[in-house]
Amino acid sequence: MPLSFALRRVVSGSIWILAAVFAARADAEIVDRDFSGRFSAESRWFPATGAFPGQRSLASGFVAEPKLYLEDAAGRSFTLTPFFRYDHSDPRRTHFDLREAYLLLLGDIGDDQWELRLGVDRVFWGVTESQHLVDIVNQIDFVEHPGGESKLGQPMVHLTWSGNWGVAEVFGLPYHRARTFSGLQGRLRLPLVIDNERVTYESAAGEWHFDFASRYSHSFGLLDLGVSLFDGTSREPFLFPGSDAGGMPAFTQYYAQIRQFGLDAQMTVGSWLFKLEAIQRSGARNLLGLEEDYAATVFGGEYTFYSVFGSAADVTLLGEWNYDGRGRNATPNRSPNTLENDLFSGTRLAFNDVQSTEITVSFLTDLGRATRALALEFDRRITGQWSMHFEAVSLLSVDRADLHYAMRDDSFVELNLVYNF
Amino acid sequence: MMRVSPTRSKVLSFAPHLALWACLIAQAPARAESPASEETGLKIALEARGRGEGFGNFTASQVMVLRNKQGRESRRQLRLKVLEVEGDGNKSLFVFDEPRDVKETALLIHGHRESADEQWLYLPALKRVKRISSANRSGSFMGSEFAYEDMGSQEVERFSYRYLRDEPCGDLTCTVSERVPVDERSGYRRQLVWRDQDELRVWKVEYYDRKDAHLKTLTFGSYEKHLDRYWYAGEMTMVNHLTGKSTVLSWTDFQFRTDFDERDFTQTGLRRVR
Repeated sequence: MPLSFALRRVVSGSIWILAAVFAARADAEIVDRDFSGRFSAESRWFPATGAFPGQRSLASGFVAEPKLYLEDAAGRSFTLTPFFRYDHSDPRRTHFDLREAYLLLLGDIGDDQWELRLGVDRVFWGVTESQHLVDIVNQIDFVEHPGGESKLGQPMVHLTWSGNWGVAEVFGLPYHRARTFSGLQGRLRLPLVIDNERVTYESAAGEWHFDFASRYSHSFGLLDLGVSLFDGTSREPFLFPGSDAGGMPAFTQYYAQIRQFGLDAQMTVGSWLFKLEAIQRSGARNLLGLEEDYAATVFGGEYTFYSVFGSAADVTLLGEWNYDGRGRNATPNRSPNTLENDLFSGTRLAFNDVQSTEITVSFLTDLGRATRALALEFDRRITGQWSMHFEAVSLLSVDRADLHYAMRDDSFVELNLVYNF
Repeated sequence: MMRVSPTRSKVLSFAPHLALWACLIAQAPARAESPASEETGLKIALEARGRGEGFGNFTASQVMVLRNKQGRESRRQLRLKVLEVEGDGNKSLFVFDEPRDVKETALLIHGHRESADEQWLYLPALKRVKRISSANRSGSFMGSEFAYEDMGSQEVERFSYRYLRDEPCGDLTCTVSERVPVDERSGYRRQLVWRDQDELRVWKVEYYDRKDAHLKTLTFGSYEKHLDRYWYAGEMTMVNHLTGKSTVLSWTDFQFRTDFDERDFTQTGLRRVR
């Protein structure tokens, strides 16, 4: 209750402040206005019966994500992107989020350039495909997809300074967003439902702890390099068993204060992309709930064969190895999988046809445990405005030692029909 | 549960064709036979490049209509910004408007004369900037009849040249030159280029595949003079003789020497597109 109240206050407060600031400063001289977005009808089917009573097999619903962009004569802009999902089977998956609501200002200082983003925004750091290890500014919107690529909007002050010497960014993050989790009837959940209402923090300031992040990035010829620092409230919760407000057994989310150093690098050589991400994190809890400093990495690459067999199609091979120094005590960072010693391999087939048809097959295997997952994705444009996405995720086996053993029966197929406007 | 993030090909597939502007700035061909004809061929190419220099920067819109053998059409729309870089390849930024599923996807290219181009792709769904390979030369994008190499900047250094003959082309007289790609990954054995003698505007390019079969023909039309000096084609039509498919690329809204500089052609600039 206090959480959702606080959130609503932050969200509505920031929108109104930003809109007011923008309206006032722009003197109603909007020179560029754009309204776009997507509307998607989605259905996810779980062929196997859930491991827990009451879990539904079909999750259908829709997503609406419109986007408004306003720019004034001075180049200042305001972007507003609300997001809403309705899911008929799990009330917890039905949710609203403000993905973006920010004011963007920019200017020059000598040969350098500065940019300031004020408000709610999303930020992406990193280079690898199997997980986004260094990416930490935004919280995961886990109910959207277990892959961890959907992220909640994050209130921030984001200052960028760039020049011939590279790009330096600092982030002030005044408010913490708790991760979203499935409800009782939802799939892809743990044995106990996670209490989304009672979230606990190591910091006495709770969700209002002021987090800090910074990043330096630059391209050195073939090498693109980024180093980053995050100091504040972890985006990854530690879950401890307890009970919810109604006395039902539930997991309570606990967010520790952490410090993370990150490195991401990519070498682009001919048809090769060589990729590396690594972090060193202190202050986080391990699987046993004990504080343990650790290092983790993911590295590998991709190679593309262009115009295979005289056709227009390209074939890309992907391979990455994931490692977490905590071994058996590793926790899943940004996905349900514990990536302590896991090999990822994949193939992407891009037909380069008028419909941009694309098929991706990927396989993730734990080298130390009996956990293996296979995923297939199919994307195709139907017309200029309609497109489709099909996906099948098969959990071939999940080791009993893995936290997401509870999700072992949650293989699914998903079909999305998207209207882009 | 892993998910391979959306990929470049979806957009990249029709990205570079956007860079066709560069076609105007450099073309002509060569091989060994008569040193004089090679010298003339290179001279024409260098002269054409010289005449294209000094524009500073420009923005424009492009509409691309792909047509298959049965006449079924599909449409692409995008905006681009180009910045001239003295002594090297130009910098270009392409932003896609249609199809709508790739709206706001953007491609940044730092072209180079002597080394491989650098390319970054912006994926708006994730707000991710991804450095991508520029090794794809012969691939087609989006089922269009343009290959990457047809669109990417046509730097003089990427071909060897040979002047062949002069012949009438419409009301004008054209020089016909042959150019041979230096890059082994090129899908072409050679190309023939028709330029009018007065302004060195390209009117036609014939593409011959690795087996020396006549694969495609590109024709240029609706030329307009900008800044009293630079000729840019308003329409380019590529016909594939093997498949019967064609692609028409139309250019509009040219604006030269607008208020942007190098700082817009960076990864931070790429993140700002909409």
